[in-house]
Order: sequence, then C-alpha cells, then structure tokens
Amino acid sequence: MTLVLAILVAWLFGVGTYLVLQRALTRIVLGIGLLGHGAVMLLITVGGRAGDPPIVGKDDDGVGVAAPLPQAFALTAIVIGFGVTAFLLALAYRSWVTTNNDEVQDDIEDRRVARRTADDEGQMRDTGDHADIVDDEAEAES
Amino acid sequence: MNLVVLPVIIPLFATGLSLLAHRTLLLQRIIGVATTVGSLGIAIALLVEVEADGIQAHTIGAWPAGVGITLVADLASSMFLVVSLVVIVVVQVFAIGQGADAARPRFAQPVYLVLAAGVSMSFLTGDLFNLFVAFEVMLIASYVLLTFGAGAAQIRTGMTYVVINVLASTMLLSTVGLIYGATGTVDMAQLVTRFPELPGPTQLALGLLLLAVFAIKAALFPFFFWLPDSYPTAPIVVTAVFAGLLTKVGVYTMIRATSILGLDDARTALVVVASITMVVGVVGAIVQGDMKRILSFHIISQVGYMIMGLAVGTVAGLTGAVLYVVHHIPVKTALFLVSGLVEQATGTATLNRLGGLVRRAPVVAALFVVPALSLAGIPPFSGFLAKLAVISAGLDAEEYVMVAASLVASLLTVFSMSKIWAGAFWGSPAEGENGEPGDDSPLPIDKVTVGATAALVLATLVVPIFGGEVYDLAERAAEQLLDPAVYVEAVNNQ
Repeated sequence: MTLVLAILVAWLFGVGTYLVLQRALTRIVLGIGLLGHGAVMLLITVGGRAGDPPIVGKDDDGVGVAAPLPQAFALTAIVIGFGVTAFLLALAYRSWVTTNNDEVQDDIEDRRVARRTADDEGQMRDTGDHADIVDDEAEAES
Repeated sequence: MNLVVLPVIIPLFATGLSLLAHRTLLLQRIIGVATTVGSLGIAIALLVEVEADGIQAHTIGAWPAGVGITLVADLASSMFLVVSLVVIVVVQVFAIGQGADAARPRFAQPVYLVLAAGVSMSFLTGDLFNLFVAFEVMLIASYVLLTFGAGAAQIRTGMTYVVINVLASTMLLSTVGLIYGATGTVDMAQLVTRFPELPGPTQLALGLLLLAVFAIKAALFPFFFWLPDSYPTAPIVVTAVFAGLLTKVGVYTMIRATSILGLDDARTALVVVASITMVVGVVGAIVQGDMKRILSFHIISQVGYMIMGLAVGTVAGLTGAVLYVVHHIPVKTALFLVSGLVEQATGTATLNRLGGLVRRAPVVAALFVVPALSLAGIPPFSGFLAKLAVISAGLDAEEYVMVAASLVASLLTVFSMSKIWAGAFWGSPAEGENGEPGDDSPLPIDKVTVGATAALVLATLVVPIFGGEVYDLAERAAEQLLDPAVYVEAVNNQ
C-alpha cells in the first residue's frame, strides 16, 4: 500500500504542477489544491506503514503503529490549505469581476520598461499614460 | 511565564480584541499601537535577557522534547525581532497618519497584528513544522493586506504573489515531511544531532530543497521575479512593511537552516546565487522609472549581500549577514515610507513626473538622503558598516568573484539612488502634459507620517553611532549560530 500511496503522491504533484502552469486562474487554483493534497498524502505516508493506527500504547515498542506526529501535521496542513484555497477562489472571482477575464495578465509596467528600452535612442519617451499599453494588449488579443 | 512566548501570544490575543472593537476606529488604533509597542518592549527585554543569560527556550504545554512546539530565542533571532518590531510600530503609526486603516470593514488593524505575530513566530520557532505554520500565519495576513479592497492592477499582482507563496509553502510542507521521514523529528534541536547521521547525498538533497523554499521567500536569484511584480502596486504602508520584513524572514530561515543542519556542501551554490542576485537585482533597478519599482529591485540586490555573508560561512561572514539584516530592515522601510510621502504629497512616484522636491519639501528630501546613502554603503551610515563586514569576510575567505560582484552592485546602487535623487528631488518641477511649467509651491507636510518616517531614519543612525557595540553583539550572535551545541543545550535544559 505504501508504494501505491507514493505513486499517488507523485501523480498528484505531477497533475498539480501541470495545472499551475496553465494561464487560467481557476486551473491554477485547482492545481494548488492538488499539490496541497499531494503534500498531505506525503505526510501521511511518511508516518509509517499504510493502515497502521496512530496510537501508542504504554508497553508498545512502536511496531504496527503509525507515528502520530505526521497525522497532526496533516490535520494542520489541511485546515491551512482549506483557508488558502477559499481565499484563492475569492481572489480569482474578484479578478474575474474586475477584468471580466479568467486569465493571468501580463505586468503593464514591465512592458512599458521593455518598450522604452527598445526605443531607438533609448531616451525617455514614456509619457506615463497607458495608451500604448492598451494598444499592446489589443494586438496581443487579436 | 517565559518571555519567549509573549511576542507571539500578545498580538494574536489583541487581534481578537481589535476585531471586537471594529466599530470604533480610535479604540482599534489604541489596541493596535499598544500591542505593537508592548511587543517591542518585550522583544527588547528578551534581547537583554538573552544577552545576559544565554539562549532562552520554552516548550509550550510541557510536552516532551521533539513533540511539543518549542520557541527559542538566541541572539540573532532576538536582534531581528527587535528591529522588525521597530519597523512594525513605525509603519503602523504611518498608516494611522495616512488613515490607511480607516477603510470599512475595518480589518486592517487586526490583520496587521496577525502579521506581527507571524513574523515574531517565524523568528522564534524552534520547530520546522511550526515554522511552516508561522509562515502561513504571516503570509495569509500579507495576502489580505495586499489585496484588501483592491482594484484590477492590485488583484493581478496580488494573484502572482499569493500563488508563488502558496506553492513555496506547499514545497516547504513536503520538505518538512521528507525530513521527518528521514530523521523522525522536526525539532531543530534534535535535528542538530540526527541530520548529520543521514547519508551525505540525502543531507544535500533535503538541505537544498529547504534552502530553495526559503530562497523563494527571500527573493533570491532565480526565484526573485514575483517581488518587483507584486510590491509596487500595493498601498505604500503595505509595501513598506513587506519590503522591510518578509524577505528578511526568508533570509533568517536560511541562516537558521544552515546553522542547524550544517550544509557545508551547499556553500558553493550559495556563493553563486548570492553573486548573481546582487548584480541582477541592481541591474533590474537601473532601468526602472518609478521610485517604488527601483526600490523593489533593490531589495533583491540587498538580499544578495546577506546571503553573501552566509555563503562565506565564517564567524566574520555570519556577523556581516546579521549586521546586514539589522541595517537593511529599517533602511529599506524608511526609503519606501519616503516614496509614500512623495506619493502622498504629489500624487505620483514616477520619476519623470517629479522634480524639484528638494525646494518644495526639504524635510522629505533630507529623509530620503540618509537611508539612500546608507543603502549605497557610504560612510558613516549603517550600510557602510554592514557592507564592510560582509566584504572583508569575503576577502578573508578568498571569494574574489563574489566580492567583485558585490562591489559592482554597490556602485550601481549609488547610481540608481542618484537617479531617484536627480529625478525626484533635484532640478525643476516636471512640466505638465501641455508644456506648462510645473507647480513650484511648497508642499504640505503631514506631521504624523513625516514624524514616523523621521523616527525610523533616526533609528537607522543607532547602528553607526553604537557601531562597536552592535558589531560585538552581531559577532556573538554569529558565534552562537556556528555552535548549535549551545542551542541544543538551551532547549534541553529549559
């Protein structure tokens, strides 16, 4: 069973990484959720042989018992993961409300700097307004 | 009751009070300032105690060693704690002066206190898993501060920040799990003895994984890209406190991890990363045209100097790293607060729309000059002391390439600081869009925000004035860090 769990952890990490690399925010949030599950499964797997109970009796030599500490870690991590995922979903929704778009946007100031450096004389032609950037975005979308 | 526990518990308790007081802004502010000032007092008392009686430790709930949550204060962590809380108090007063905490619903003050608790816990924890929890407490507070009531631009950059930090936290959790699997403990004192028993490659893999996670938090090359993207769009008080504290918590954990786990094999990697970080950060700063973005790129470059001290790994190197953190936290925050003052008075922080501020607001100009020269490492300011310590340690260790990189970065820092000075403070006010002459009237000075910034700038002068004492303290902190046996003994004999 431990091998199955190890493969499951690897699978969750793989799928999670793939989703995080997407451009749509909802997929990123899902990917982060899967990565979090992968980490929790890893903690459980680390605690001992799959299926063993996390109880230590008084005259126990530790055989047939899973370590209770990673299970406590896992519980904490699940609670934190839940909070963070809820926050991320709220943020993704807010992003969708403000931009009407579910995609990760580029950094406007970065583009402005890149544009300015690309200018022939390299002189500061930046007027501070966003008109050129808006053009840029229109081009990018078409 | 041990003092170690209080800087974590008090802000968390006050958060509850602050939430209850959400109807009365004045009451919230009184609770907030009383809490942070009180925590600062406790942190100073803790530093005095650690200085006199050695490392202080306390395991919560009287659990046996390795099971309970242990909080430990040694010289390095209590020094960082004091400096961080100074910054937290100053930024809080600045925010009150700006009215940044008045927005409804009134979450700003409570969340800020959670941030203070998270930062304190990150410095004091003696347990890797608790470090993960401390990071989460700190980061969740920072997510809220960064995106609270935000517009589209801030949401976009906030998303980058949140996603990269959540990913780093997941990696940290996995690494902690793997370390537990390999050693059977996450208690730092137990790791001191158990970690070296692992086979060499396992040690190196786990150590590098841990350092990589902390490098994301500290914004080291090649993990720095999120920082200049997300910091400049946030409200200035948020950026100021993040810039001062969050990356430095990452640096502290890197220092702590190398102290606990040894990791001598990772030094070469740290040397390379530190050299590239110093240069890349400052080169990024040079092309920027906005004060806040220039300063954000500088954070990256400056973090490189701290890691340079750590990479050298001798007592002198670590002394330099500790001094650098102590110097950098207030100086960086002061610079961001000054850019906040400029933005507050003129409505922009874009350099080619500013100018002539030295006549329009001489006080603000003076407040910029001191930390800017300090950041560039000009004597007699604190940056000179810190840079001298790091670079002389690098020369002693014969890391000439890294020293050369640091000198180049230092020169370019002067250049970009003078770019801000020339763009915003010197010259005549920028012309309007249709070529009409710019406004040359004196700018109004807000007493609270300027006073808070001035207090922080004066605080940065403490380091050069008491240079000898501060250096001695940092040197003793470095000796403690290099001798984890003292740490183990303090945790076991609490």
